[in-house]
Amino acid sequence: MSAQRISNREPPFARALLALTRPRALLFGALCAAVLAIMLFPILMSLLASLKTTADASASPPHYFPAALSVENYLKVFRYQAGLPTYLFNSLAVASLTILLCLALAVPAGYALAAFPLPGKEAIFLVLLLGLMAPYQALLTPIYRLFTTLGLTNSYLGLAIIHTILQLPFSVYLMRNSFEAVPKELAEAAIIDGANSFQILRWIFLPASLPSIVTLVLFAFITSWNEFIGALIFMNRETGFTVPVMLVGVRSGHFGAVDWGAVQAGVVISILPCLLIYLLLQKYYVSGFLAGSLK
Amino acid sequence: MTSKRRGVGGLVYAAPALLFVAVFVVYPIADLARMSLTSTSMLGGGEFVGLKNYYKAFADATFWRALWFTAKYTLFITPALIGLGFALALLAAQRSPIAKLTRAVVFMPVIIGLGSSSLLWVWLFDEQVGLANTLLVDLGIIGQPLVWFADGSMGLAAVTISIVWKVVGYGMLLMLAGIQALGTDIFEAAAIDGASYWQRVSRITLPLTARTIALTTLVSAIGSMLAFDQFYIMTGGAPRGETFTTVYWIYQNSFIYFKLGYGAALSLILMTIIFVASGVHIFLTRRGAPA
Repeated sequence: MSAQRISNREPPFARALLALTRPRALLFGALCAAVLAIMLFPILMSLLASLKTTADASASPPHYFPAALSVENYLKVFRYQAGLPTYLFNSLAVASLTILLCLALAVPAGYALAAFPLPGKEAIFLVLLLGLMAPYQALLTPIYRLFTTLGLTNSYLGLAIIHTILQLPFSVYLMRNSFEAVPKELAEAAIIDGANSFQILRWIFLPASLPSIVTLVLFAFITSWNEFIGALIFMNRETGFTVPVMLVGVRSGHFGAVDWGAVQAGVVISILPCLLIYLLLQKYYVSGFLAGSLK
Repeated sequence: MTSKRRGVGGLVYAAPALLFVAVFVVYPIADLARMSLTSTSMLGGGEFVGLKNYYKAFADATFWRALWFTAKYTLFITPALIGLGFALALLAAQRSPIAKLTRAVVFMPVIIGLGSSSLLWVWLFDEQVGLANTLLVDLGIIGQPLVWFADGSMGLAAVTISIVWKVVGYGMLLMLAGIQALGTDIFEAAAIDGASYWQRVSRITLPLTARTIALTTLVSAIGSMLAFDQFYIMTGGAPRGETFTTVYWIYQNSFIYFKLGYGAALSLILMTIIFVASGVHIFLTRRGAPA
């Protein structure tokens, strides 16, 4: 790296070009192809298995491709117990409430931290991040007791509260950072014009932070849609199951025999919304992910 | 408007979130501490028993085994996640279209549910109908199909593989961002100076992204110490409770055996461990110089 290392035999520019020698580009390309194959194999196999007939999906030894395409497995998941629509509705209801709670709590809190000379600001911020340090897995026991008292077990709101505990630190963090990036001059000019703090939030801070709002909503949705142990403990009536808990039910199946084709159909259904969001809104997802993790 | 009045006005906006945290995080922590000193069960009970639950935890062989198993899992999977994540970040940092595609595909499993991915992998590893064995035999990597969930270590290996698949993209993306934040000038200068690719990686990329790597390691390790879903779904703690993790044993005590007081004591022990680890994490994050 030092200056003495520069060789006089070739001009520096040519050396820089030589650094990108073809064999390495080829090696990297091949490695990428191998990684792609490994990463895609499980999802592809799950998709193919979900399209097999029941007998085909439980063939032993198994084969990669369906002998014939069939939607039998999807129909079975659709008709499982209370029916897939019920479980989808449960998951969506809890996710929507989680999104609302995160917005209602994190937007004002981020605004307070970013735009006001709060006394003890950093202490307040740390308290709001407490959910990061006190993992909710360890808090499930006392929360269960609290929810029993408040009548929140087996309710959408109860599970949404659990998911909000999980998602609030990230949301507050995200909104604080985003609001802090709004130029101070804008807010000051609005104060002089006689705007109150709510109007400033509504007309200046929120419009400037729409991408962060989208990120907050996306993350809250995905966390809630995917969360398992809370749903397992707090939604113990069969009609109240969310999709992940329903899937485990599909797997326990009838009379001990696992209907793997149906399970994989359920897996495909459960990951579809996440994949769609990822493909369509990757920009928001990745930027939010990095903003929340690295700053 | 005076600064003081504005500060108080700000508190009004922070109040709902503070109230939420007070009721659903702070109060449960306090209640956890209180419950851990009682014999509370799902049916009632709840007389004060002092430190009895903690003595019991210390003498509880399954708890120790679960703690040790969780530590073993964390020690296994964290280096794999960080090492592979870094290697993938190097691959994904290339400027070819296939590198960009690789980045997007490797990150994809991060956003699907752990429950879904566990159900996918427990099927792939199934000894009767699973395609993992079929593929490994077809590729000539193993001669005979393996039985993945018959003993603790094979079960651990299967879960570890599935979780690496599921979350390796997380570390990759963080470390990739760390690498990209270095800019290209420094690498071009080094290339002009005659540094080989590996010299650039070991002398520039690694030292300059050390902080990102440390943070990623901590986040991964904390996540692994809280593992539950993957073991609940893939091994069910079997065989003979060999694959119980700490959270799993807490779940088992609190919600299967209904021993809430004892579960609370175990939770508090776990929380102390995580609290220390997260404290280190937040300390590193907040005071960190721009990477």
